[in-house]
Amino acid sequence: MINKISHTITTKLSGCLALALLSFAAHSAELAYVTNEKDNNISVIDLASLDVVKEIPVGLRPRGIIFNKEQTLAYICASDSDTVQILDLATDQVIGELPSGADPETIALHPHGKIIYTANEDDALMTIIDIESRSVIGQVDVGVEPEGLAVSPDGSLAIVTSETTNMVHWIETKTNTNIANTLVDSRPRAAEFTKDGSQLWVSSEIGGTVSLIDVASKKIIKKFNFALNGIHKDRIQPVGIKLTANERFVYVALGPANHVAIIDTKSQEVTKYLLVGRRVWQLAFNHDQSLLLTTNGVSGDVSVIDTAKQKVIRSVKVGRYPWGVAIRQLSK
Amino acid sequence: MNLSHYYVAFLGIVSRELHRFFQQRTRLLSALIRPLLWLVVFAAGFRAALGVSIMEPYGTYITYQTYITPGLCCMIILFNGMQSSLSMVYDREMGSMKVLLMSPLPRPFLLFCKVFATALLSLIQVYIFLALAQLVDVEIDFMGYITAIPAVFLIALFLGALGLMLSNLIKQLENFAGVMNFVIFPMFFLSSALYPLWKMKEASLWLYWICHYNPFSYCVELLRFALYEQANTDTLMVLIPITCVVVVLALASFSPKSGGRR
Repeated sequence: MINKISHTITTKLSGCLALALLSFAAHSAELAYVTNEKDNNISVIDLASLDVVKEIPVGLRPRGIIFNKEQTLAYICASDSDTVQILDLATDQVIGELPSGADPETIALHPHGKIIYTANEDDALMTIIDIESRSVIGQVDVGVEPEGLAVSPDGSLAIVTSETTNMVHWIETKTNTNIANTLVDSRPRAAEFTKDGSQLWVSSEIGGTVSLIDVASKKIIKKFNFALNGIHKDRIQPVGIKLTANERFVYVALGPANHVAIIDTKSQEVTKYLLVGRRVWQLAFNHDQSLLLTTNGVSGDVSVIDTAKQKVIRSVKVGRYPWGVAIRQLSK
Repeated sequence: MNLSHYYVAFLGIVSRELHRFFQQRTRLLSALIRPLLWLVVFAAGFRAALGVSIMEPYGTYITYQTYITPGLCCMIILFNGMQSSLSMVYDREMGSMKVLLMSPLPRPFLLFCKVFATALLSLIQVYIFLALAQLVDVEIDFMGYITAIPAVFLIALFLGALGLMLSNLIKQLENFAGVMNFVIFPMFFLSSALYPLWKMKEASLWLYWICHYNPFSYCVELLRFALYEQANTDTLMVLIPITCVVVVLALASFSPKSGGRR
């Protein structure tokens, strides 16, 4: 009997150990790059230790950040420098700029990796930039205060959300023309396509909702509302939005409500709220999606969510007003 | 007298206390109602009160419910310790206590068995409370429940012995209302059970120092860290010597005669 118990304990322990080692191996080669809006730099977090390992100075008011396809370069919206900076991730040096137009806030990469889209909040424009020639190849008029960007997985559609017009603008990438608009709740922010490109998730900051839009008909098929005990409805402001790879769960950052909501796409309901830092803004998964990182602007930290347990495991102090986050895998 | 006699006496006293506890269902109920009211009603109003700062041992933001859980566990231990120590004083005049004290074994040993049994009961109550606390989303890892056992035990020994010492030394405290007002409430409120000490510091510096030197704060913090699988050596360095002193004082000051004083 005792033998049996001790055997079970040893197998369980060694199982735990193996798991720990595995997860260590999985995380060991990943770095999270967090843009600090008020410190004009990037905090780099090692996902194995969850410590900030370095800070990289960049342009003024860095916000949106993405990597190129090979993950050797980062493109950073330096909003107050009115440029998109190119950061060489091997040397941590800014090696150039992309002409973005005034006040770029977010950027999106076309799936083929050659074109970048950026939204110019003040000019009501979406700018299309060719990476290789570092030149603007087109601009599309969109609604007032464009903000969120997403490109469909097949690359045929780019969408822009405009914060004041409250619309999702559908842009055909072949011709760079606005082909349709969908009215959503007020102040739409982030958007994300499903993997097959058939649906689009859009968050509305002031409206306090997340809309699920059918791409073929461009119509809203479902709206999600959020309610948190003890938190006034006005403070629930959905911004960042991320879908898991299997599309089972959607994570939504609720801004000043200081929580991340989890929507179960199977039951079509909000199933959980996770307490994170203050004014949670953008989200990013690590490579295997075991972790989800949130940038918490007011409290100046990044919360790390274990997606398997759906639990916040740590909050890591970064610079002042962290805004965007992107996670890079060092070795594949 | 050899060791087996001690063992038999120890088992007898402890099992009798356990037996008595499980026959008094209302006692268990009343022991749980108090902290549950704090957790479910009081803490609900403060849900967002503490989500502004990350503090040890928490790696991230926590709800107020999570914050006060260790404090409420210590409250259970405090009530249980005080209650049973006081009843021991009453009991010495009659019934079982008299029989117990007639034993040829040394009296301090018998009293220690009583305090030990009380500690065991505290442990049981705390874990029932922790199980119920899960219903209001107070999440603690499984390992945390294990590492908390020695902490709960040490705290229970300390508070049980403290109760015994107080009831021996201060005659006026023989009724429970007096204990509530002059011991339990000040100890509980002037500690880190309800608010972290840095919050107290913002309110008033002298209040902070009182809370800082309150041994109950050390109990709460020890348990808070233990529930997150961490041994807080600072609090252990204080609690272990204090517990030894209080246990010795309590056992030495106990008088079989009524009146509490020697």
